[in-house]
Amino acid sequence: MSVSTHSGHRAPMSTGPARGPRRPRRLWGRPELFTDYRQDMAFLNTRPKQLGVLALVAAATLVPFMLEDDLLKLLGAGLVLAIGAIGLNLLTGYAGQVSLGHAFFVGVGAYTAAALAGDPDGRYLGFGVEFVPLWIFAAGAVAALCGVIVAPLATRLRGLYLAVVTLGLVVIGGYVFAEWRELSGGPQVGRPAPEPVVFGVELTGDGTYTEEQKLFWFFLVVLIVMAVAARNIARSKIGRAFAAIRDRDVAAGVMGVELSRYKLIAFTISSFYAGVCGSLLFVANGTFGPERFSLLLSVQFIAMVLIGGVATVSGAIMGAMLIAMLPRIAGELPHYLSFVSSSPTDHPNIFEVEVAFYGLLIIAFLLFEPRGLFGIWLRIRTYWKSFPFSY
Amino acid sequence: MTELLTAVSNGVGQGAVYVLLALGFVIIYKSSHVISFAQPSFMMAGAVLVSHLTPKIGFWAAAVIGPLLIGLVALVVERLVIRPMVGKAVFVIAIITIGVDIVVRVVTGAFLGVDPRVIGDPWGLDTVTVGGVQIEHRHIAALVTMTVVVMLLIGFFRFTRLGLATRAAALDQEAAMAQGVNVGTVFAVSWGLAGVLAALAGIFASGGQPLDQNLWVIALAALPVIILGGLDSLGGAVVAGLLIGVVESVVRSYHRDWFPGLDGNTGSLAPYVVMLLVLLVRPQGLFGTKEVQRV
Repeated sequence: MSVSTHSGHRAPMSTGPARGPRRPRRLWGRPELFTDYRQDMAFLNTRPKQLGVLALVAAATLVPFMLEDDLLKLLGAGLVLAIGAIGLNLLTGYAGQVSLGHAFFVGVGAYTAAALAGDPDGRYLGFGVEFVPLWIFAAGAVAALCGVIVAPLATRLRGLYLAVVTLGLVVIGGYVFAEWRELSGGPQVGRPAPEPVVFGVELTGDGTYTEEQKLFWFFLVVLIVMAVAARNIARSKIGRAFAAIRDRDVAAGVMGVELSRYKLIAFTISSFYAGVCGSLLFVANGTFGPERFSLLLSVQFIAMVLIGGVATVSGAIMGAMLIAMLPRIAGELPHYLSFVSSSPTDHPNIFEVEVAFYGLLIIAFLLFEPRGLFGIWLRIRTYWKSFPFSY
Repeated sequence: MTELLTAVSNGVGQGAVYVLLALGFVIIYKSSHVISFAQPSFMMAGAVLVSHLTPKIGFWAAAVIGPLLIGLVALVVERLVIRPMVGKAVFVIAIITIGVDIVVRVVTGAFLGVDPRVIGDPWGLDTVTVGGVQIEHRHIAALVTMTVVVMLLIGFFRFTRLGLATRAAALDQEAAMAQGVNVGTVFAVSWGLAGVLAALAGIFASGGQPLDQNLWVIALAALPVIILGGLDSLGGAVVAGLLIGVVESVVRSYHRDWFPGLDGNTGSLAPYVVMLLVLLVRPQGLFGTKEVQRV
């Protein structure tokens, strides 16, 4: 519950020194009584949220000490996917523009980073840039530029027309990636991914800590930066414009939201996130081929957003972690279900089960919990907050 | 000249497959304003089912029973996962159909098996030569089937009660309900019809070669077709399907001359490029209803 009052009231006459605008204050024992719009929209607006996020970050920092390296690798990939999912959530969840083309922007980012950081004398296109933040940023920027180029077409279209057109983008992009052998290495071959060196520490390679541990921390830092930025975009003027466009674009236009401008911004930001995600996605794997940026990747991102929770940053992260863990979950199945085989020549095998999971999870969540994992969390929270009453 | 005509004849055959698929998309879109991304998987399921039925009951019986069974599957899917979502945002339903597509495709893939499967159609790769142009039998068969199907559909929509109900529901669901139209039945019929059409398309799409997972990619090219024709226009689907089929086939056969440096055939890109170019000029497609915005 939030109660906003005018914070610009003139202070009542008093004998003390003149006071400025009344500072929003919190009432003791009423942590959720907001007396100001600013307070309500604050970054983490309640104490439990602040502590909870702090605890989560601390736990995530300690995770590499507790888990096996192979599990850590999956979780690290999940952190990177989460960056892309946040980007798609800004476009699809907040601004309501359905894009099936996210894989294309991820691909652009991946190849930009690989080319910038690549060996100048190697077999593939490389410029030998070693400063890590530079090639991450450049990957985002080039992807964002592609977003800007596509946006004028996209802003003319709505809803499902847009979805199909962005699907065309994936098809055309996939062709370009496969053909440009100097950049991508060609289909089924691929090229090495960039190897980040931060503060003189080679992240790919074991030292005091293993490769997986170092990469996990690296990805975690980038994810936190990007997530905080996304949350701040969402609660700014831009985020409000996005929500207005999503809820009813005609009404938003009438209220003075410039539709084409904000759709362009949404595409640009979302593509930037996709590019950053792409630049890191294959670092852990070491090599990647152009066939990875297919429609399936786009669908995976859609699944992350929908399963996690539409228009929430934390939901996108949860969804990405779940999707990243799916291969592992499917891999464990043969131990429990004897009819699922781990050999790719038998049916049903774990690879089919894994793909089918995406579909089933999308259907199940949309039917039964449209707010996704975030919605489940909300239910749990509400249950304990109002315990023992049901509401 | 002969080369061009051959390409065009191949394109018309391929286009007929696109038309069959696109009609399914359009029928579903007209009734519920949703693009069903599940169509490609139904097409694949249809082809695989027919390839399993042919050795047992012969091709012609399989070509009738197979699509009907797929239509039944589509009905069940509609009842289970689409009907509960009626009234929800269109985008949500469209995403659900992506989920359906994935599941159906995985299940179909399990029936594909390791050995190459063929449809077992009687025309195979036979050709007839007309004025120096080789025309494949299967393309003629596809075109004939398409023509018959379009005629039947026109008849259905124009002269039957159910067809009238479908048109009414497409125009305005609530108004149709108020007039006593059972919109649920209309949805079911449209999904069933679309399933049958997709399976029919599958029979012709895979003619002359073993079935594989890539069959699904052909069906994807039906998406540019419906966007090009306009999502709610049956006639547009026919015109755009044939147009895209011909453009793709011509680009495919002249690829060597036009783009000597590129290895991958640009024919598969043609549908998407044509779609993008047309949408730049006409956002509603060639024959689609222009969107009217009311404030």
